[in-house]
Amino acid sequence: MKEILTIAMPKGRIFDEAVDLLREAGFKLPPEFEDSRKLIIDVEDEQFRFILAKPMDVPTYVEHGVADLGIAGKDVMLEEERDVYELLDLKISPCYLAVAGLPNTKMNDVAPKVASKYPNVAAAYFREQGEQVEIIKLNGSIELAPIIGLSDRIVDIVSTGKTLVENGLVEYERIADITSRLIVNPVSYRTKDERISEIVDKLTDVIHGVRS
Amino acid sequence: MSRLFMFEKPLGMRDTLPGLYETKSIARESIKSEMKCWGFQFIETPALEYYETVGTASAILDQQLFKLLDSQGHTLVLRPDMTAPIARVAASKLLKEDLPLRLAYSANVYRAQQREGGRPAEFEQIGVECIGDHTISADGEVISLLISSLREAGLPSFQISVGHIGFVQTLFQQILGTEERAQALTKFLYEKNYVGYREHVKKLSLSSIDKQRLLDFLKLRGGEEVLSFANDIIENESGREALSQLQQLWEIMVAFGEEDKMKFDLTLISHMSYYTGIVFEVYSHAVGTPIGNGGRYDLLLEKFGKATGATGFALYLDRLLEALGGLSEEAPTTCILFSDERRQEAYELAKEKRTSGEKVVLQDINGVKNIDACTSQYSDIVFLIGKAGRGS
Repeated sequence: MKEILTIAMPKGRIFDEAVDLLREAGFKLPPEFEDSRKLIIDVEDEQFRFILAKPMDVPTYVEHGVADLGIAGKDVMLEEERDVYELLDLKISPCYLAVAGLPNTKMNDVAPKVASKYPNVAAAYFREQGEQVEIIKLNGSIELAPIIGLSDRIVDIVSTGKTLVENGLVEYERIADITSRLIVNPVSYRTKDERISEIVDKLTDVIHGVRS
Repeated sequence: MSRLFMFEKPLGMRDTLPGLYETKSIARESIKSEMKCWGFQFIETPALEYYETVGTASAILDQQLFKLLDSQGHTLVLRPDMTAPIARVAASKLLKEDLPLRLAYSANVYRAQQREGGRPAEFEQIGVECIGDHTISADGEVISLLISSLREAGLPSFQISVGHIGFVQTLFQQILGTEERAQALTKFLYEKNYVGYREHVKKLSLSSIDKQRLLDFLKLRGGEEVLSFANDIIENESGREALSQLQQLWEIMVAFGEEDKMKFDLTLISHMSYYTGIVFEVYSHAVGTPIGNGGRYDLLLEKFGKATGATGFALYLDRLLEALGGLSEEAPTTCILFSDERRQEAYELAKEKRTSGEKVVLQDINGVKNIDACTSQYSDIVFLIGKAGRGS
């Protein structure tokens, strides 16, 4: 009898790709998996329990050990800096973090402002450049900020660039490339090492077989 | 400045209420008595130390130290761990005979927390230090004591992962050449970022064999067989010496019949930079962070002027309680409710019961507003009210 592993999955953008990847790796997930509105889904055949969390919260569940494993974007890992193992680059949902703003504009000389869903990443980036900026934390629709004059720049993830174009914004600098990662709680990594290694091996095969 | 709320406490500070206090002290006492049975002697050191000495020796990140100034302007720290203060005491007072010292402590340590106010900034550690013995037998002894202590505390299942700082250092140093490059790679291990580690290794200008050695290093986890895999990766003498120490430790644990509690994990490194040899962490399924850790620190005593080896461990009492789950059953308490006339009688009865080890509360009935609420708190109630002979 295998022990149950709890896996924290991010709802939204990454979820479908992550489920496809797990299926490709040979894990038997029920067909109605994606359509469920439940927050906890038990897959008895595999002895998995999935919890569906907000992407930004996945590392939190894993750090506290209520989830053994999780799938989280690198953007979230950079922002949250949780004490978890980042074991695998799953190479899904590629995008990047970038600085964007209205075209042909400069940062305000008196009080430069940057809006972002990633205040820590944004603050660290501008601090490293020696820029003194005020960081404004927003929870969504970041593109609004420069348009209505809340900030000069935004820091956000860009996947196709379409949203920026549609809102008349341009990209100024690229901060970091982002893909999704398999993360593991430090205690689970040691106490459930055999099952976790098995999952890592299966996923590694898929990632390398299909995508390299 | 805004006024503080009456009930507010500084970030990370906690009160311990009676139920938890009792549970905590039961766990503490069972561990302490086991340590004493192994001949370890308890000591106390001050909560405040000089930043220049103990503060810098302790290897806790600077931003986690609580610092203050004394009246002469010296910078003080609230001790962030117990190992450095004990090294100071041992070097200055106790190590006169050059004999191995076995010391133990249970004390609060202080580490400022950066985030999430709920995490404790003051927490109790119980641990031992075996100072002045460079043999692996000493490492085996402290790990066995760790196992015994957890058993005495009533923790049914736990696992100890053992690594070796010397092995990691010598492997990286030998392949990468410079300390600087080795440190860059160690940082990824420390941050638990294996994705970054692999990408960093791929970018290095090394032979494909050396790159593979660095990648294979991440897989050195498991039972005794790990040591022979590790032997294939390492090429120099000091690396082999590290492995032979781990082999010796394994044999000691087999001899003690405790090897099933132990696994090797050579990727284990500690944020405590004073460790030099064998390091270990102990985990329980029920808690998301290690409940204790330890290792060998052969260079720390040198900072206090005595070059000698040492090893030890510390358990986080809070996390251990979390692993044990729930509060202990409180021992039954009798309440004697008395009125003025029978005070003497009540006192005699209480004295008699207390002598036989019972817990007895003496309560003047005029001091209680709600008798029912009061009686429901105790396992047994005796009423000594009114003139003798009446009532019960």
